[in-house]
Amino acid sequence: MAGPGADMQWCFSQVKGAIDDDVAEADIISTVEFNHTGELLATGDKGGRVVIFQQEIENKNLPQFRSEYNVYSTFQSHEPEFDYLKSLEIEEKINKIRWLPQKNAAQFLLSTNDKTIKLWKISERDKRPEGYNLKEEDGRYKDPNSITALRVPVLIPMDLMVEASPRRVFSNAHTYHINSISVNSDNETYLSADDLRINLWNLEITDRSFNIVDIKPTNMEELTEVITAAEFHPLHCNTLVYSSSKGTIRLCDMRESALCDKHSKLFEEPEDPSNRSFFSEIISSISDVKFSHNGRYMMTRDYLSVKVWDLNMENRPVETYQVHEYLRSKLCSLYENDCIFDKFECCWNGNDSVVMTGSYNNFFRMFERSQRRDVTLEASRENSKPLQVLKPRKVCAGGKRKKDEISVDSLDFNKKILHTAWHPQENIIAVATTNNLYIFQDKVN
Amino acid sequence: MFAKGTKRKFSDPGEEPALGAELGPVVRPLSSTYSLQRQSLLDMSLIKLQLCHMLVEPNLCRSVLIANTVRQIQEEMTQDGTWQIMTQALAAAQCPADRLVATEVLCRPSEALAAAQKEEEEEEVVVAAAMEEDVDSEANPLSSSSFLPAPFGAEPGWEDEEDDSEDEDSEECPSDAEDVPDSRRGDQVFGTFEIKHPAPPPDPALEELFSDVDPSYYDLDTVLTGMQSTPKMGPYDLLDSLSPHAAPALSTGTSCRSDLNELDHIMEIIS
Repeated sequence: MAGPGADMQWCFSQVKGAIDDDVAEADIISTVEFNHTGELLATGDKGGRVVIFQQEIENKNLPQFRSEYNVYSTFQSHEPEFDYLKSLEIEEKINKIRWLPQKNAAQFLLSTNDKTIKLWKISERDKRPEGYNLKEEDGRYKDPNSITALRVPVLIPMDLMVEASPRRVFSNAHTYHINSISVNSDNETYLSADDLRINLWNLEITDRSFNIVDIKPTNMEELTEVITAAEFHPLHCNTLVYSSSKGTIRLCDMRESALCDKHSKLFEEPEDPSNRSFFSEIISSISDVKFSHNGRYMMTRDYLSVKVWDLNMENRPVETYQVHEYLRSKLCSLYENDCIFDKFECCWNGNDSVVMTGSYNNFFRMFERSQRRDVTLEASRENSKPLQVLKPRKVCAGGKRKKDEISVDSLDFNKKILHTAWHPQENIIAVATTNNLYIFQDKVN
Repeated sequence: MFAKGTKRKFSDPGEEPALGAELGPVVRPLSSTYSLQRQSLLDMSLIKLQLCHMLVEPNLCRSVLIANTVRQIQEEMTQDGTWQIMTQALAAAQCPADRLVATEVLCRPSEALAAAQKEEEEEEVVVAAAMEEDVDSEANPLSSSSFLPAPFGAEPGWEDEEDDSEDEDSEECPSDAEDVPDSRRGDQVFGTFEIKHPAPPPDPALEELFSDVDPSYYDLDTVLTGMQSTPKMGPYDLLDSLSPHAAPALSTGTSCRSDLNELDHIMEIIS
């Protein structure tokens, strides 16, 4: 896969979802994830549904029309529940989807809401057996005495049917809200993390999980820090990281002890005293952590920036990218309208040369690491003509606004891009606005 | 521009350092603008802690971050000495004794009525309005729900009204301020929130400044623990105090809450 050079351009490919401006709450997209080959793209929404799109391998003769994604399967993953003891609803919103590497013809994914993780099997059926001679037309079994020969049924083709069935339900292991799930490289276990604890599961076993991290204080009144995200290392099955609301990342080695309360490494950047304000802690809270594909780096997203860390250097990140620094002077207003608590995700491209994250006004940002180049693009219906090249956008922080720039005060803070995903092998990206999924691809000349 | 239509602008570049702006470690201007902004931020934070989703368990991360922010402000105010002044003034400004008195107020001579009315202005205010109304904080930041530490330790089982007063002139009948129970006592997450009694004679200027304040909101510990163990108590308390005809479900509320605490604990063990 070619690395994106400075002259790389992105084109609109597809958009999925309703055109209405009136967004139904259930349609709000809450997670987006490509599978390991990129052939499948899964989204989860607030209504507890999972929609999987499949890349059609067609049109090889027309390279400019790189394959499109079409709906492959839709199913209801989670339903709302009621916790009678606490008199609270448990939302059916899908917080995360993670694909398992494919082992056979079927595909498997884990989906989770606040409390329960489910393993789903997605399988295809394109043949059906026909020619039984044991039943009547209406389905009743024939009298065995009337049957003189046994006819072997023949498999005949049928329209492709994709079935999703829940194979495992992992429940009752989390008191607090699950924010992350991560499949281990051993393909046998996975972790689930809530605000205060991380549990380790075996994919086959649903009635037992091991608690590997617990930061709950004895006295809840002393609670000042929560877990915000966790992930297994892509190559080392014993290594995991988790981030906190205080802007720290802890790397744990499961070989050291059963309970990984003592971290192996603590990644934290010292605070810049000149930037200190009452909001410093809130904006340092890490909303997402992702290992690079090669396992040498990890990336964290806090409110205003994306940081790339070398796993061998704990005292500061190796790269810091400002996503929307112009918001720093607006923090008080953003605190008032709760936007400061928005949890943006981030992602790597396939060869770890570019990182991407979302922002407000349906903007999203890409940072090319080696060239230190960045671009701001917009996902909007206005730029949705087939193969239309996306024009870079620019926000004017202050002073005279140039033509085509947008001023900070004009940004729409209701239009936030929290979830983005990058195809593991190609330059295809999926960007979720509130209720629409945009697919962009790089311009093929 | 913003979702809630705020016109409040704390950070005009031309003005003195705003709350969201860089403040050097040493230079901390105690200008009135800064103090008012800081106070407003404190009030806003306390409202946020109270306004949790009623049906769904509130977001723990958000609560912890807000609580930490309040603690920071409170620490700074304690260092300034502002905290002492405020708590003393507030303690004096309102009836330090139990809130049941409020219901009798109508029967009392007029000065007691006036004193009680001053502090009971928050009833009936729709909670949502706190977030969505355009509060002109620069003009009167304290009107946007300044809340004070409850004089707890005094009356167990008493929960103070929780509404912020958008409209300082709302003349709510003091008897509307039904107290809904909330065991906000003892548990001290942020111990310095407690008011010390007795208070010095009130400064009339300060008293006026804080006249619409509700002391309950600074009781962060109960807010935070309440949200973790019995999240539903918080908003319902709010609802109850909103309704003028809400019956004070004193004892049931308190016992429910501790039962739920226990249940929560048990659930954790067995899950």
